Amino acid sequence: MDKDLPSEKATESPITGAVVPPSLASPDAERDQLGEEFELVTGPARSLRADAMRRLRRNKLALAGLVWIVLVILVAVTADLWAPRWLGDPVEIDSTTAAQRMLLPPSWEHPFGTDKLGRDIASRVVYGARVSLIVGVVAVAIMVLIGLIMGGIAAYYGGIWDAIIMRLADVFFAFPYILFAITLIAVLGRRGIENVFFAIGFLGWPSIARVFRSSVLSVKENEYVDAARAMGASTPRILIRHIMPNAVAPIIVYATMSIGGAILTEAALSFLGMGVQPPDPSWGNMLSDARAFMQSAPHMMIFPGLAILTTVLAFVLLGDGLRDALDVKLKE
Amino acid sequence: MIAYIARRILQMIPVFIGVTIILFILRSPGVIGGDPIRMITGERAISETLYNQLVEKYGLNKPFYVQYVRYLNDLVHGDLGTSYQKNRPVTSILWSKFPNTLKLALAAILIEIVFGILAGVISAVKRYSFWDVLVTLSTSVLVSLPVFWLGMLLQLIFGLKFKQWGLPYLPISGMGGDQFPQIVHLIMPAITLASVSTAYAARIMRSQLLEVMGQDYMRTAAAKGLSNAKVIWNHGMKNAMIPVVTYFGLDLGAMMGGTVLTETVFNWPGIGREIFLAIGQRDWPIVLGATIIIVFIVMALNLLVDISYAFLDPRIRYGRQAT
Repeated sequence: MDKDLPSEKATESPITGAVVPPSLASPDAERDQLGEEFELVTGPARSLRADAMRRLRRNKLALAGLVWIVLVILVAVTADLWAPRWLGDPVEIDSTTAAQRMLLPPSWEHPFGTDKLGRDIASRVVYGARVSLIVGVVAVAIMVLIGLIMGGIAAYYGGIWDAIIMRLADVFFAFPYILFAITLIAVLGRRGIENVFFAIGFLGWPSIARVFRSSVLSVKENEYVDAARAMGASTPRILIRHIMPNAVAPIIVYATMSIGGAILTEAALSFLGMGVQPPDPSWGNMLSDARAFMQSAPHMMIFPGLAILTTVLAFVLLGDGLRDALDVKLKE
Repeated sequence: MIAYIARRILQMIPVFIGVTIILFILRSPGVIGGDPIRMITGERAISETLYNQLVEKYGLNKPFYVQYVRYLNDLVHGDLGTSYQKNRPVTSILWSKFPNTLKLALAAILIEIVFGILAGVISAVKRYSFWDVLVTLSTSVLVSLPVFWLGMLLQLIFGLKFKQWGLPYLPISGMGGDQFPQIVHLIMPAITLASVSTAYAARIMRSQLLEVMGQDYMRTAAAKGLSNAKVIWNHGMKNAMIPVVTYFGLDLGAMMGGTVLTETVFNWPGIGREIFLAIGQRDWPIVLGATIIIVFIVMALNLLVDISYAFLDPRIRYGRQAT
């Protein structure tokens, strides 16, 4: 009985700004998560997932984004197999030939040209993709994890927990995001990729927490949650098995878009010299290098910039597509 | 109305305390890594007596909460500490840079208002047309574009290449002191700073106007014989504008924080560039002082926006508080 007490308290908390997921017609409490079949009110019976997939497939821009993301992942994963051999080493400087290979414009041998130390820019862009993808995925994973825990606690337990967590979120929102990230990393002193993960994850959670909180608040009012509770299910079980799967759609959309945002943030931090440190290549620090050679070697700034733009755009388009497909309404 | 304002100010207090605690923790010796006395004195060797005097003077031997209260007290009196490198009060350093940042932010807001509203209205009124698709696509591109790269592209094209081709070109750095008037120096940084926000403003404007255009009073206005332009202007825009104006207000604060990148790219001598330079010199009082000033500006703007919102829309004043 003890376990039920907090949830009774929780029902008193006001429900505001709730995101209402589509077609919650007959969710079966005992069925597996995400595999749940939802009956649509009109039209032939189709699962929510199949329905969303169908809508996503129709969205050409979102598909283009997805294709680009898959391509970038393939390039980043297989880089070791071909990039150093075909293009050149992304980090090592060949001192014997460096002088003749500095700042060369794009050619057959060096499709994106070479940088100030004679390294192949295409190879550096390829390895930069690794950094961007790793930062995007890890940082957003941290952000989503913290956000889900905080949002879940706030929504499910309500009362004082809700008040504390939401005020904390307000505090984080009072800081302009990029400025806070810069300040945090600057003051912490240690530079490098781990700090970028930490800064993005630590600063980004309030948005996820807010989105998740409002979906949980709306889902938790459903009868099947009462039913599960009446059957004696424990609180963690109710949260994970019954509430999570039904509140997760906005999180998927938000996380997809956040990966794009995290890639941009990493690029900005590395550009300012606070993210990935040279000689390791990152799209951001390559642009920082390029500033000094804007006049003599503009190719140095074109390709890393295009890489950031296309990759972030792909995540934004996919996120937009998922939002429409899952019929999620995000306020921000 | 007064009750509403009072309530909003009361709600700001926990946020204020939270913000100051976070910044207080960030400036504490354990976090910034290093002995704060050493940072103040630099490499000079000092006697133990002087060291102890300084510890006493800065209250570093006092308990945590005493130091925090002292910090709050300094803040309230406008004392943000002394710059390690320049040996001048942080407040006066930032105060001299603030007008430049404000100029840049206001110019950017102006661009955002004009182009954001224009693009949003066109794409809502001509929904699904070529222009709508163009606006929608370009807003997606703009939000995905790293602002510093946009700045560099503008410098490359309108600064370096135009000069090379013998066309009228724009200055790529600084804010004056050469053949260009200051307003010309302002053009590219302002466009860069405004880019992302303009895209969001256009999106919000579009969705708001589309929502309003589906309302009954719009049909009524059309039915009583008003021209299309009049319906949209007199009845549509007025109602659709409220959230857009709110966004502009909030965004002015966000821009203050976003100036670090833009000012760095264009060497614009404002607070953002000052932060960037101070980071390079490990001058933490400037970094943290600038951060707290910007946070206060953001909070004040949020409050003003909320108050004007309540002033415009009585439902908010009397309605239940939304969280």
